[in-house]
Amino acid sequence: MTTEAEATLPSTPSQTVGPFLHIGLTWEDGPHVVPEGTPGAVWLRGRVLDGSGETITDALVETWQADADGRFDHPDDPRGPVGDFRGFGRSDTTGGSFGIHTVVPGPVPGFADEVQAPHIDVSILARGLVHRTVTRIYFPEHADAHEHDPVLRSVPAERRETLIATRTDDGYVFDVRLQGDRETVFFDV
Amino acid sequence: MTTHARTPLLLPRYRRDPDGTHPPLNSPGYRSTALRHPRQPLTLLPHRLTEVTGPVLGLGRVGELDNDLTRQHPDEPAGQRIIVHGRLLDGDGRPVPDSLIEIWQANAAGRYRHAADRWPAPLDPNFDGVGRTLTDADGRYEFVTIKPGAYPWRNHDNAWRPAHIHFSMFGRSFTQRLVTQMYFPGDPLFAQDPIFNSVPEQSRSRMISRFDLAHTRPQWALAFEFDIVLRGRDATPLEEDHDDY
Repeated sequence: MTTEAEATLPSTPSQTVGPFLHIGLTWEDGPHVVPEGTPGAVWLRGRVLDGSGETITDALVETWQADADGRFDHPDDPRGPVGDFRGFGRSDTTGGSFGIHTVVPGPVPGFADEVQAPHIDVSILARGLVHRTVTRIYFPEHADAHEHDPVLRSVPAERRETLIATRTDDGYVFDVRLQGDRETVFFDV
Repeated sequence: MTTHARTPLLLPRYRRDPDGTHPPLNSPGYRSTALRHPRQPLTLLPHRLTEVTGPVLGLGRVGELDNDLTRQHPDEPAGQRIIVHGRLLDGDGRPVPDSLIEIWQANAAGRYRHAADRWPAPLDPNFDGVGRTLTDADGRYEFVTIKPGAYPWRNHDNAWRPAHIHFSMFGRSFTQRLVTQMYFPGDPLFAQDPIFNSVPEQSRSRMISRFDLAHTRPQWALAFEFDIVLRGRDATPLEEDHDDY
């Protein structure tokens, strides 16, 4: 990685959010990537579990995703503006699980001829995490697309299921296991 | 899905931080990491569209007094009034404009306005300890607040956190997301703090603000300068680069 040597300013180090993150980082509308009543909206819920299987109630889960057409409301999406889609969700786990109200994203182009299966990038922040951990949520109905997804293919086959949500009555459930049996796949971004 | 239209993909590239920049997820001195750090190696995630974009969180998020933590109640909070200011930069020294910064902190007595903070120091009815602002066109930000107090915690025998302010930044992309803590120069509590010391030694000074006499307001407030650096991006967007895996 020769590019590293070109950096002139080193990044500020990460620190934990600590146990009192809620006063600074929770928003009333945080969980609502899309408003109530949006056609096709789903609830994405899950627990964050530690290495002893205990539910973590002082975590923050942040999500970032494309819209239903696979486009991002961001100037660096080379396909141009998409209107008003926040794409970002944020939920604490005070009640034992996080909850994000959103739509399932569309497929997103990758490099060359790749198409990435619909996915949501996730950051988990908590006391005891000195740096966020990052994972991805994929959806069970896209099993065919998963076969060709370049990121899923880079993950050992036996661990891929940790990245795939499970269908529920009103959306999906996706548990995050920080450590231990069936530890979630986390990414170095 | 298989008929998804192809478009030329010209993406900015964000450099990865070299080893030694951030603390390791397994930092045994900080006991809470024991059951919370992943044990499996991380999988390298190439930066595609999802990673080089990120939430654009605009003006609607920030109220008029959100960057002045001393004016959010009818009366002033107790403690040493300070100005905390600086620039949000990327690794090439370019400003990161129009970007949301969120802060939270303890009051002058070292107590957070949080139900889980139970140590017997007084709460301040005039201090919430929460601020947010957007950086300006030059990446500058400024908060007016109260110098937070140190406080004890139960990590080890007679453990105390050095005074600090939590800072949360979004930057321009998912890859630039950063949460850190800003410390004050010369704090005697650094040596025994496993959170501060979880960061490799050569990088710790980047978390310490600089006393800034020139920015003080005479007869009113002291000032500290804290520049925050997010990872750099190449100036010229490059087409897909498989070497970057």
